[in-house]
Amino acid sequence: MKNFLRQLRPALIALAILTVICGGVYPLVVTAVGQVAFNDEAEGSLIKVDGVVVGSELIGQQFVSPQYFHPRPSAAGAGYDSGASSGSNLGPRNPALLDAVAERVAEYRTENGLSNDVLVPVDAVTASASGLDPHISIANARLQASRVADVRGLDVALVLQMIGDHTDDRNLLVLGDPGVNVLELNLALDRLTS
Amino acid sequence: MSPAGWFQFAALLAVLAITVPPLGKYMAAVYGARADGSAPGDRVFGPIDRAIYKICRIDHKREQRWNIYAAAFLAFSFVSFLAVYAIQRFQGSLPFNPTNVADVSPQGAFNVSVSFVTNTNWQWYSGELTMSHFTQMVGLTVQNFVSAAAGMAVAVALIRGIARRNARTLGNFWVDLVRTTTRILLPLSFVMALGLITQGVIQNLHGPTSAKPVDAVATQQVTQEIPGGPVASQVAIKQLGSNGGGFFNANSAHPFENPNGISNFIEIWAILAIPLALAVSYGYLVGSRRQARVLLAVMVGFWVLFSMFSIFAEQVGNSQLDARGVTQAQSTQQVGGNMEGKEIRFGPSACGLWAGATTGTSNGSVNCMHDSFTPAGGAMPMAQMMLGEISPGGVGVGLIGILHYALLAVFIAGLMVGRTPEYLGKKIQAAEMKLVVLYIIAMPLALLGFAAASVSLGSVTSGLQSQDAHGLSEVLYNYASAANNNGSAFAYVGTGTDWYTTTQGIAMLIGRFFLIIPALAVGGSLVRKQKVPATSGTFPTDTPLFAALVAGVVVIIAGLTFFPALALGPIVEHLTR
Repeated sequence: MKNFLRQLRPALIALAILTVICGGVYPLVVTAVGQVAFNDEAEGSLIKVDGVVVGSELIGQQFVSPQYFHPRPSAAGAGYDSGASSGSNLGPRNPALLDAVAERVAEYRTENGLSNDVLVPVDAVTASASGLDPHISIANARLQASRVADVRGLDVALVLQMIGDHTDDRNLLVLGDPGVNVLELNLALDRLTS
Repeated sequence: MSPAGWFQFAALLAVLAITVPPLGKYMAAVYGARADGSAPGDRVFGPIDRAIYKICRIDHKREQRWNIYAAAFLAFSFVSFLAVYAIQRFQGSLPFNPTNVADVSPQGAFNVSVSFVTNTNWQWYSGELTMSHFTQMVGLTVQNFVSAAAGMAVAVALIRGIARRNARTLGNFWVDLVRTTTRILLPLSFVMALGLITQGVIQNLHGPTSAKPVDAVATQQVTQEIPGGPVASQVAIKQLGSNGGGFFNANSAHPFENPNGISNFIEIWAILAIPLALAVSYGYLVGSRRQARVLLAVMVGFWVLFSMFSIFAEQVGNSQLDARGVTQAQSTQQVGGNMEGKEIRFGPSACGLWAGATTGTSNGSVNCMHDSFTPAGGAMPMAQMMLGEISPGGVGVGLIGILHYALLAVFIAGLMVGRTPEYLGKKIQAAEMKLVVLYIIAMPLALLGFAAASVSLGSVTSGLQSQDAHGLSEVLYNYASAANNNGSAFAYVGTGTDWYTTTQGIAMLIGRFFLIIPALAVGGSLVRKQKVPATSGTFPTDTPLFAALVAGVVVIIAGLTFFPALALGPIVEHLTR
């Protein structure tokens, strides 16, 4: 106990000085360098349209109108609440999950005019980890393409090509997995038809 | 596993094989491997270190016996606990609070303080909703550094106990703490934080930016609040220091913590680099790199096997979805697999690889949600924690863990041939074995004890997502995480209740201090011993046979302890259709 008490003074001073270095100097220097050298990224890769911030390249956004590609189901708040990132955390056998999947499958088929024997890509009916997934799978996007093309009066081939243009491939060919950036694709469609 | 997934795994192994040996050699020099005590970068770091010693009035040439070393470690942890507690309790009145979050409740603050001081980083709360930028930077980021540094310091003290002969002291805790922070953690974190920013991890000091969503009218979401904060600086050290506490609730699944495949790769590397490098340093410090290779082989062997198992299980997918019109098949157009709780950019390969790394170490950060794993996939991270996190384990504590299993292995080998066991020329006797046993039973006692208490309380089980095998898995996983200072979660359970915050706080304390104090005592006991020369009857500890023996001891102990519980949890769940 005496040994312990004797070490309290150096403990206090050491913590204070390490707090200044690790909790003050370090994050502030990283912030300064990041803001100067990589301002866009440090600020959140924001997308502006006519000077107005409409979202971030990296953060998913909710879309329900038929002329837009729709993102994955989301468990962040009421859905795509970027102030409350979250997955559903439902277990693989939980009836709540299985019922929700069955319901989403039916909705997805109706929405996109698919027959009952079309298998729905798994990402279209499952909630992502963050609830803010900016991507959908290529398979999911292609199944939505004819709906979007119809509503917008566009050629399906053009829409399919735009899906390809807004697909983020694996980094360095092998790192991570590919996906279609929903917000960027939808913005590109708006630019095309406006 | 997809072909790209195989290449990603291979690339990680290759990058680790290239980077870990030099890092381990550098760290060994920092901890005094060179005869003259010099280390690379002395000209830069020497003056900084000496200035810190001067302010703290530490006599850096004076070494400590194990009990003083332990007292210093405890005093530092205690003061840290009080500081983090106080910051949370008053964060409402402190600066850098752009979202006006309130003070944290007493039980909640207790849990968080214990969690970050013990290097667990269990998070019952949602980062973006509960903590101010000030708390994240000055409270939590600081603990990410110093709790990691303290764990590494203790590992080095134990190594000195093995390496030195006829000595009394194990080094100076304050010197080890400061040098670890300034010379290893800070430079690596700085470079990594900048690397993460280039990939899109945010780093600013303001609150959220209001965006005007594109489909605002139809969705009735009038604004989207794009979060802000000093994220990159915290994520870098959270991975390097086996911390794992996310800035955001979704942890490293959040696009602002982990935006793409490159950031994901950097972060997985960072989780594994220092724990593996410290084992390399061990080889230099005891003067036998073959000894270190044996331990590394066990660490990497477990990690690779568990990771691959998890990747396969997640790629197969959730058998329940096949009958519901869903395709989980892998193709050129989708990665497939069990995508509930996974991001598109991190499918089963990236996700299983991360799960193996984060639970093989005591990191606990996640890039996908473990609660939604398939039963087999979810059993893997749980079992890896139950092994005691030695594959390769947290910074410092992983090496401490495997050294204890090595001591147990030589003891068992000694029993088999009827000789006094030796490890690196040190006789292993009753005093050490009692401490090793204490070390090894503390974690299972805390894990199973609290898990058993929890499932016998109706008020606790009613909070689980189901009253069946999966519910039991949740309880087991969460106490495995707390007692091993991991911090990952089966996160469906609302762990913000008084029962969880308190009992998990105690489990974390046991998992940290009831392991580290015996470890220091082992060091203190070994350091006094003479080295006996190896004879033809000495059991060699630098051979593949010994690696197999250590691995066998790890599996048998964990198996005997946890198999019944695992059988009732994930195994039953897997077999239930």
